[in-house]
Amino acid sequence: MSRKSVNFTIKEINSDLAQFRDLNITIGSITRERWEEPMGPTPYPSLTTLRSWDQRLLSRYKPFYMPFCDLCCLCTYGKCDLTGTKKGACGISMPAQQSRTVLIAACIGAATHISHSRDLLNHVIATSGRDCPINVGGTSVEVEAPITRLVCGVKPETLGDLEPVLDYCENQVTQLLAVTHTGQEGNHLDFESKVFHAGMIDHVGMEVADIAQVSALGFPKADPESPLCELGLGTVDTKKPVILVIGHNVPPATEIIDYLKENNLFSDIEVTGICCTALDITRYSPRAKIVGPISWQLRYIRSGVPDVIVIDEQCVRTDTLTEAAKIHAPLIATSEKNCLGLPDMTDDTAEAIVAAFASGNVPGALILDPEKVGEVAVRVAQAVAPKRKKHGNLPTKHQLAEWAKKCTQCMLCRRACPNDLPLAQAIRLAVSGNLTGLDELYDDCLGCGRCESACKQKIPIHSLIVAAADKKTKEETYCLRSGRGPIQDLEIRKVGGPIVLGEIPGIVAFVGCAHYPKGSREVAEMCMEFARRRYIVCTSGCSAMSAGMYRDEEGKTAYERYSGAFEAGGIVNVGSCVANSHIAGAAIKIASIFAKRPLRGNYEEIADYVYNRVGAVGVAWGAMSQKAAAIAAGFWRLGIPVVVGPHGTKYRRMLLGRADKDADWFVYDARTGEKVYGGPVPEHLFFAAETKEEAMVMVAKLTMRPNDTSRGRANKLANYIDLHKRLVGGIPQDVYRLVRTHADIPLTMKDEILLHLSEHDWKESPIPDPTLLPRLVHQRKGD
Amino acid sequence: MPMTDSWQTAEIPGPKKASLIIKPDIADALISRAKRPIMVVGHGIIEYEVEGKPLIDCLIALSRKAKIPIVVSASTNKEFLSREFEPAAIMSAVEISSRLTDPEWKGLDGKESYDLAIFVGLPYSMEWTILSGLKHFAPGVKTMTFDCVYHPNASWSFPNSTIKDWAANLKGIVQNLED
Ligand code: SF4
Ligand code: SF4
Ligand code: SF4
Repeated sequence: MSRKSVNFTIKEINSDLAQFRDLNITIGSITRERWEEPMGPTPYPSLTTLRSWDQRLLSRYKPFYMPFCDLCCLCTYGKCDLTGTKKGACGISMPAQQSRTVLIAACIGAATHISHSRDLLNHVIATSGRDCPINVGGTSVEVEAPITRLVCGVKPETLGDLEPVLDYCENQVTQLLAVTHTGQEGNHLDFESKVFHAGMIDHVGMEVADIAQVSALGFPKADPESPLCELGLGTVDTKKPVILVIGHNVPPATEIIDYLKENNLFSDIEVTGICCTALDITRYSPRAKIVGPISWQLRYIRSGVPDVIVIDEQCVRTDTLTEAAKIHAPLIATSEKNCLGLPDMTDDTAEAIVAAFASGNVPGALILDPEKVGEVAVRVAQAVAPKRKKHGNLPTKHQLAEWAKKCTQCMLCRRACPNDLPLAQAIRLAVSGNLTGLDELYDDCLGCGRCESACKQKIPIHSLIVAAADKKTKEETYCLRSGRGPIQDLEIRKVGGPIVLGEIPGIVAFVGCAHYPKGSREVAEMCMEFARRRYIVCTSGCSAMSAGMYRDEEGKTAYERYSGAFEAGGIVNVGSCVANSHIAGAAIKIASIFAKRPLRGNYEEIADYVYNRVGAVGVAWGAMSQKAAAIAAGFWRLGIPVVVGPHGTKYRRMLLGRADKDADWFVYDARTGEKVYGGPVPEHLFFAAETKEEAMVMVAKLTMRPNDTSRGRANKLANYIDLHKRLVGGIPQDVYRLVRTHADIPLTMKDEILLHLSEHDWKESPIPDPTLLPRLVHQRKGD
Repeated sequence: MPMTDSWQTAEIPGPKKASLIIKPDIADALISRAKRPIMVVGHGIIEYEVEGKPLIDCLIALSRKAKIPIVVSASTNKEFLSREFEPAAIMSAVEISSRLTDPEWKGLDGKESYDLAIFVGLPYSMEWTILSGLKHFAPGVKTMTFDCVYHPNASWSFPNSTIKDWAANLKGIVQNLED
């Protein structure tokens, strides 16, 4: 797509003919910059522009590296053994190598979102035009792209305006990836700073993707009452032909919906989805159904219910073609990034492709034209459904016992299982027809299939689990509020004060993949607990689905029980992975809309505000992917802590503060310029919890900020202490570090806290107007 | 299964691998030789028994005999409290381990650095990665695990064992200390 070859900006022209200010000219288009806000200090930051900000954070939150591999094998000098203080042939040390690996992961994640964003933007520009206005909430959302405004210093008004923003992101990711070449960066903290940069760029890329699709595809626009849609294996009408879409890039799926609508077929065919394409297709049409998160791929395909499978990109099982062939369901690949060795039939007629699939001779095809995918998927589903008769690949009860008899109890399955599930015991029970053991494993099983690859007896262990849990799968009938997109400016104005003052104890965002240690239910329970405690709870991605996959004692899901508004006690599903940008965006908007801090190209000041004042915490309980690594890094640079589950230690390092080192917790008091103790809050920036209980208590603690008013701190402490008492036992041992004045003490806990304080030689300390940036002291002196 | 393969088959270690605790005396010698041992206990201990008694009771006995302070992660604390045993600290596994990599850190009581850290009951891959962190970055701290599976990143680990053998070993360790 040719867009432009020349771009130049004129600050000001005064001539007899005309007067221009901030005129930005690109060949092929002329855009006039209409944003009055003066440019801040860091528009389009390069790799080192924000290095000093990163170093401030990293001096508090020192990386604790946990090498996942002791060797480096990235170049032919290697393998190099980096154990302990050994160095590689290039001179690299273990800390640098670990941070280098984290940077590679963050680059992969950022590149993936940005490339997705580019494909999506190209698609919507092709269908809606470069001049299509960005509209993500009408007059309710005037700050339409807070991250882009903050990072790039531009205010995009049309889809076309997003292109140079992505140009910048692509450029930065290339630069960042170059940093990981042998013999480039050698210092671990510089690698870490670049990890933060990758994260920030990732958030820009995600924001571009989501505002483009919200604007052009008619998704809910910052709607707190976006429709409820169906979720779960049990919601699928198996009597109809069923289409399954998997992945993240929604255009092929929207074309399926369009074709169904245009041909009046909507009530005849089920459109079901897994992973983020599922979330986004329900934003396009709430009649589509979400089967479940990423881990539902094998179980759903093997059930035989889908008649045709359409995959796009990211987090799609790479053996989907093999699995699809086993149930005789044709597979359509739709992304250049994920061709699976399939023949390219993009230029064939729809008739020819449908006929080829219907013949049963073609297991799959690559079709790179979303519109054609829409027609072909529907027609193929219609054609093959009567022949397939929902041919599945799960064992019957009898077959199950026969398989179980082959088991030698070698334990290799368990030793391959990421969750160390007691598979051999469960299979032993199944020999005599007792399926309770296998049935119990269903909830904790990630559907990864590693157990099957390990089994020398070729027992289809995952299928055994799914077959044993047949009743449970049929009962998976939940609901989810479809992704609402951004948070309204008005909502920000309403909650900004209570958040910054601490009356709303915090914003807790449950985001990311489904690599859970103990199933989806823990996410739903955590969401409901924090909503009950009047935190603002946000959800996105696979976690948004997990949040809905549980009913409380009254039979309600989280989305039925709690409002979808960005308010105390709301559970706010923003949407798919790329909609995570709206959670970061909300924190940024609190600084810019509520606190009126300048936004444009002013990253450090806004991050300093968010870090010191906005009690937001991300929880990626099942974080698995490189994208999750990049998303987390984007939150870290904004000063927002992230908690992951136990598998998160495999990201190789934590960013942990040291509450016991007072010297680490000094801030500038913006009123006086003095360096004062601000307390160990938030204590960590990246933390892996061992259990749900540990995570919840930590989340409550990590919402504290040095700026909390006494009322706010008392509220946060009350939640922290109460959760600790209930889940851990007793009052936390570090309350004395978190109480600054007597007024911080929650009234209902006064006696026990006073006793605790007296045991720790506690003294009052003043509440600062906190900042990490000396320049903000001077700026505010004259206020 | 080979005694010194990682329990999770794919968690292949680097060149430096744990030595085996094949009999209780080895562990006892290491514990007795340590000046400042500490034990980090995860929630996985709840599911194990040592010859009919909960594993936690065995750990409490060991802690009392050998004067080893116990650090528990959040969810395990209540189990100790219900046995009228006050752990030295409630701290997450990553927090205590990160502190162990700081040679300046003087321990929970502010007196002296630890020289032996015993781990038990964390999820396998989490313990694996944490022990890796200590293997590389805490040269002054030897690590040992009391899990019934082989942990290659510890300094000392039990082999992959049957529960029976493992329990006998653990019991032996405690008994020897009592003698
Ligand atoms: S499919 Fe389930 S049981 Fe098998 S290894 Fe993966 S998580 Fe474990
Ligand atoms: S790997 Fe296969 S044979 Fe071995 S215990 Fe598991 S199911 Fe049985
Ligand atoms: S580590 Fe991740 S990317 Fe690599 S094979 Fe396993 S699931 Fe796939």
